[in-house]
Amino acid sequence: MADLRNNFLGIKSPNPFWLASAPPTDRLVNVTRAFKAGWGGVVWKTLGDGDPIVNVSGPRYGAIHGSDRRLIGLNNIELITDRPLEINLQEIKQVKRDWPDRAVVVSLMVPCEEPNWKAILARVEETGCDGVELNFGCPHGMSERGMGAAVGQVPEYIEMVARWCKAHTRMPVIVKLTPNITDIRFPARAAKKGGADAVSLINTISSIMSVDLDQMSPWPVVDGQGTHGGYCGPAVKPIALNMVAEIGRDTETRGLPISAIGGVTTWKDAADFIALGAGNVQVCTAAMTYGFKIVEEMKSGLSKFMDEKGYQTTEDFRGLALPKVTDWQYLNLNYVVKASIDQDLCISCGRCHQVCEDTSHQAITNMVDGKRKFVVKDEECVGCNLCAITCPVQDCITMVPQTKGTDPRTGFEYGRPYANWTTHPNNPGSKAAE
Amino acid sequence: MGSTRAEGIQAGRLAPADYEANFSDIHAPLSRHEAFVESERCYFCHDAPCQTACPTSIDIPLFIREIASGNDLGAAETILSANILGGMCARVCPTETLCEEACVREHAEGKPVKIGLLQRHATDRLMESGKQPFKRAASTGKKVAVVGGGPAGLSCAHKLAELGHEVTIYEAKDKLGGLNEFGIAAYKSTDNFAQREVDFILSIGGITVKAGHALGHNLDIAKLRQSYDAVFVGTGLAGVNKLGLAGEETLSGVVDAVKYIAELRQAKDLAKLPVGRNVVVIGGGMTAVDVAVQSKKLGAESVTIVYRRGQGEMKASAYEQHLAQTSGVTIRTFAQPAGLVGANGKVTGVIFDETEVKGGKLTASGGQYTLPADMVFTAIGQIFVPDGLNGADALALESGRIVVDAERRTSVKHIWAGGDCIAGGQDLTVAAVEDGKQAALSIHHTLMGA
Repeated sequence: MADLRNNFLGIKSPNPFWLASAPPTDRLVNVTRAFKAGWGGVVWKTLGDGDPIVNVSGPRYGAIHGSDRRLIGLNNIELITDRPLEINLQEIKQVKRDWPDRAVVVSLMVPCEEPNWKAILARVEETGCDGVELNFGCPHGMSERGMGAAVGQVPEYIEMVARWCKAHTRMPVIVKLTPNITDIRFPARAAKKGGADAVSLINTISSIMSVDLDQMSPWPVVDGQGTHGGYCGPAVKPIALNMVAEIGRDTETRGLPISAIGGVTTWKDAADFIALGAGNVQVCTAAMTYGFKIVEEMKSGLSKFMDEKGYQTTEDFRGLALPKVTDWQYLNLNYVVKASIDQDLCISCGRCHQVCEDTSHQAITNMVDGKRKFVVKDEECVGCNLCAITCPVQDCITMVPQTKGTDPRTGFEYGRPYANWTTHPNNPGSKAAE
Repeated sequence: MGSTRAEGIQAGRLAPADYEANFSDIHAPLSRHEAFVESERCYFCHDAPCQTACPTSIDIPLFIREIASGNDLGAAETILSANILGGMCARVCPTETLCEEACVREHAEGKPVKIGLLQRHATDRLMESGKQPFKRAASTGKKVAVVGGGPAGLSCAHKLAELGHEVTIYEAKDKLGGLNEFGIAAYKSTDNFAQREVDFILSIGGITVKAGHALGHNLDIAKLRQSYDAVFVGTGLAGVNKLGLAGEETLSGVVDAVKYIAELRQAKDLAKLPVGRNVVVIGGGMTAVDVAVQSKKLGAESVTIVYRRGQGEMKASAYEQHLAQTSGVTIRTFAQPAGLVGANGKVTGVIFDETEVKGGKLTASGGQYTLPADMVFTAIGQIFVPDGLNGADALALESGRIVVDAERRTSVKHIWAGGDCIAGGQDLTVAAVEDGKQAALSIHHTLMGA
């Protein structure tokens, strides 16, 4: 039976599903509901110092939808908590007292001065919470005031603030990274150099969701204007997965604990992040779309998966996929797959033919012996996978590895030994032996 | 106030509210939400089977994608550019044997995309907007006569007007619409939709309507040929088959279903339309189902359709048969009428010979039964009446209907024909619309030499 208990930086929680610092973790009532629903931990919505910030009272969220209005991307222009620090601290203290087995980490964002960080860390520590997360990621509003992403985009600041925090608290320090940079490894390295115990990523991505064409304004519209907000949800998961993997692969940051964030909606998403090295995951959009109950599916799905594979704990498969993440130049150029259409599952929509014909390699028929039929032409198929991902029927089109015989497209034998670009004759920099 | 059990043929069997409920829209239109959800089920197939199955070749994947992207009026334009009576077809097409049967989701899940209802959604929005999306081309100076203002004639007239020709529609009745106005079951075309659609079609301009003109009466095809550059004949089927039984013409209560449905459709107050207590319908097509279901909805206590072969051979689709049965109509098969029973000049029953198929042929099996009936509807097929088409300009007929080629040209130069009056037709509104459209294109090419 899978054991979902999680230990991240010594912070223990009954499962690896934490709620990310965001509206769901802004107050006692929500967090209590979350813990009752079974969440393993929370990162409390970001606290600041000084007078509470003020949010817009117009729309704060925008979204893009897939079919049937399934939300696939969310964007927000909400700022850090708009409640007094004192009230937040009292509530954090109470939650930790009421739920000692759950993880309670507190997100922080104060001006980039050491006394500010020192002061708030001391107060937060008094709540008995399990750790702090430094919000260097928020891309809107706070960044205009020199905080959030404005810090996260400058590795030197990250390192500096991380160092201050480590100096002024005994609590684990997690640095939350912004994806609004060109190479995630630089801020991750800076966090590590500053002594951070872990990084969490990704924060939201700068975005404009759409344009209100009646008002000719970015949408959501706040009294005739709009602004860029932070983008998250299922649509950003691939970006987050890559960034998590990049940090895991980088020689300087390899082994740095990661709390992964970005579009986790089901158990499978969480398993993906863990397989790429994440110690746990944080969730927000899925909860904001479906409510807290979704954690039940996440826990049960992850358990079932682990039972099937024989993993006792998430540590048993954490990072197993990471060594398989490589550079393009090391991919096996002699590996050949061909698309195969299961004619019993095929419903004859013809989309595979249409997209292959219009946008790929003209490798799928639309007619066989005068009848509507979709069959792969091996002599044209490059194994690109476009047909398989376009097909509306699961598992109807599969990519079948070819091992015996000759590829009618290239004339080469199947099953030739591994060979990559670094040794390919067409590569001017080829390292092939003379 | 009568009741369903009142003897004989009676009006007002039901309470006023019951008539309203019984004759309301059989398929409630989709709400905006339902239309969005349904439109997103479409896979946007390549060479879409639904489009192939549509006699008018409406680009169904495209119009559904337009609905899904919030462009209902664009969707309607896509529909109407292929089928100007797309609104009525959305209501009356047997989609279960056309587009929706071909839908790949029917194949995949047994639940096709609701193409008919989506088509109605889009066309309803256009009708509400009051816009005519098609503009007339510059006048060609050519004049075309369209004889018959049903679906074929209307389709032909609209397309010709769009192409810049001057059109005159000659209609025997006082209103245009043909079976849309006089034949379709009332619950399929509510809120005077047939006339609203006629008004929409005429709003393109360039179409003159002359009602009360019928071939063989006050209209002469030879003269039309002289006065117009081309003539389109879309007169439908003006006659009906007879049972050929004694009493058919003399006993009261034996009624031609087509005529009765026309009366029903024109009735201002259905409570004043008399219907029997025990109704027997003879036939197996759409007319039989329409008259049976509507009799039931008018308050007849018992309604029985009797068909000489099996349910599988009935021309009414499985869906229509289901509709009849769930409306409380009994369907009896393998029996053919052998005699009418009457008393005091009124029909009181029908004697049926039981039948069977032997060696591929339908024969009486020897058994016989009598069904009591105070009203007997005959719905055993409509026939083309070639009045006014005889003489020097006689059109070639086949199986009693007009012979046309692929372009709907008749055997006589400058005369085209379409709709139910042509041979080899499907007797469907949508097929008639296609006939009219194809004839219009052919006429245009012929007249313009293009």
